[in-house]
Amino acid sequence: MPYFTPSQDPGANFQALLSRVGLNAQPVKGQAIVDIPHATTCVAVTYQGGVIMAGDRRATAGNLISHRDMEKVVQADTFSGVGIAGAAGPAMEMIKLFQLQLEHYEKMEGQQLSLEGKANQLSTMVRANLPSAMQGLGAVPIFGGFEPRQTKGRLWDYDMTGGRYEEREFVAIGSGSLHAGTVIKIGWRDQMTRSDAVMLVCRALWEAADADSATGGPDVLRGIYPIVASISQDGWVPVQDEELVQVFESIIAQVRSR
Amino acid sequence: MTMPFYVPPEQQMKDRAEFARKGISRGRSLVACQYSDGILFVAENPSNTLRKISEIYDRIAFAGVGKYNEFDQLRQAGVRAADLKGYQYARDDVDARSLANQYAQMMGHIFTHDQKPLEVEILVAEIGHEPANDRLFHILYDGTVMDENRFSVLGGDADPINERMNTAYSVGANLSAALKACVAALGGPDKTLATDDLEVAVIERGTSRRSFRRIESTEVTSLLG
Repeated sequence: MPYFTPSQDPGANFQALLSRVGLNAQPVKGQAIVDIPHATTCVAVTYQGGVIMAGDRRATAGNLISHRDMEKVVQADTFSGVGIAGAAGPAMEMIKLFQLQLEHYEKMEGQQLSLEGKANQLSTMVRANLPSAMQGLGAVPIFGGFEPRQTKGRLWDYDMTGGRYEEREFVAIGSGSLHAGTVIKIGWRDQMTRSDAVMLVCRALWEAADADSATGGPDVLRGIYPIVASISQDGWVPVQDEELVQVFESIIAQVRSR
Repeated sequence: MTMPFYVPPEQQMKDRAEFARKGISRGRSLVACQYSDGILFVAENPSNTLRKISEIYDRIAFAGVGKYNEFDQLRQAGVRAADLKGYQYARDDVDARSLANQYAQMMGHIFTHDQKPLEVEILVAEIGHEPANDRLFHILYDGTVMDENRFSVLGGDADPINERMNTAYSVGANLSAALKACVAALGGPDKTLATDDLEVAVIERGTSRRSFRRIESTEVTSLLG
């Protein structure tokens, strides 16, 4: 059982605890590795109730599709979510550690971190991954959450060095982000309704999948749809597949009628 | 040169135990019991910020009586052990029995080797998927572990509270009935505890992953009503 003297105590910091007990991951050394699975496009927009986050389901290794049902947009805690693009291994580990850190902090301290505090925590984790990023194992997240006291949604994106930037309207990351971001940039309106925002992020992912081979579109054959979720005063609520089927059907109809 | 007096080990252990018991009996008591949907914890605690009952993991909660800084340190060690195990293996691998054993090891070691024993009693409780798999591990200052059924009483006044619980509590009670029994047993015939002096929490069988929930004073009032 981990028991520390006051000067050795890692406090509510789970990563510090991991390194105290010798379970922390060592940075990668040596040659760059390229043909490992990579996760791609994630987007997030603010709307009148908070934030909508979405991500496609594809992971690619070189020119091959390695996974068709990746979940790269996940719930971080009650009122926040995280999406990630980059090398799938470090990316998933970062998300897992981030979720654990938020829960660990809450249990140790008896209260949750502030939204700003969570965003900052994630920035530290991205920066810690920098040595691996230099070897080609970069992973960059986006973070969105709802601030119950201010009753509004907030968004952040990051760069490889841990740089943290709050965005007021939307963020898009990953290989399809140029196309997805452009669609959102044109379609975004202040105080959008939830259904408009869901339609917008789905359209963005559709266009990204259309132009970027590493981004997956809706897989009707296997019934795999992008992950879309809202974070509002009701917390993290995933958009059900039934709704996404209808959204994508209307997108398909629009595209066909052009 | 002065020689230390020889103290036989029996006497040494007795002195330490007495010291620990004295410390514990200065604090207020705590009751935990099974109810229809999980496990209920009720503590006499006028503070709204220094908690005696807290979450350890998805289905596991911790309660402590005695010296606050000591049982809080044990609580933190428990959260760390659980989170590390869940990270290293899987969330399902974290269980109360293993935690209770680790606590017992540590508290037993401190009892025999350290300057002074811990002046605490703790409870590690876990809800199973069925009520039959609920667990209540009561651990004493010297590392003695007791696997208790139905309910558990911690603290200096344990004997009379235990007797009162035996009459007031019945198996399968719902939350309201269980809470009434616990509050009556904690207070006793001459004393009624005010809602503000109670700290109440549950771990409940339900859909959400994290089962721990604090019951705030408005809900306590309505449950007792």
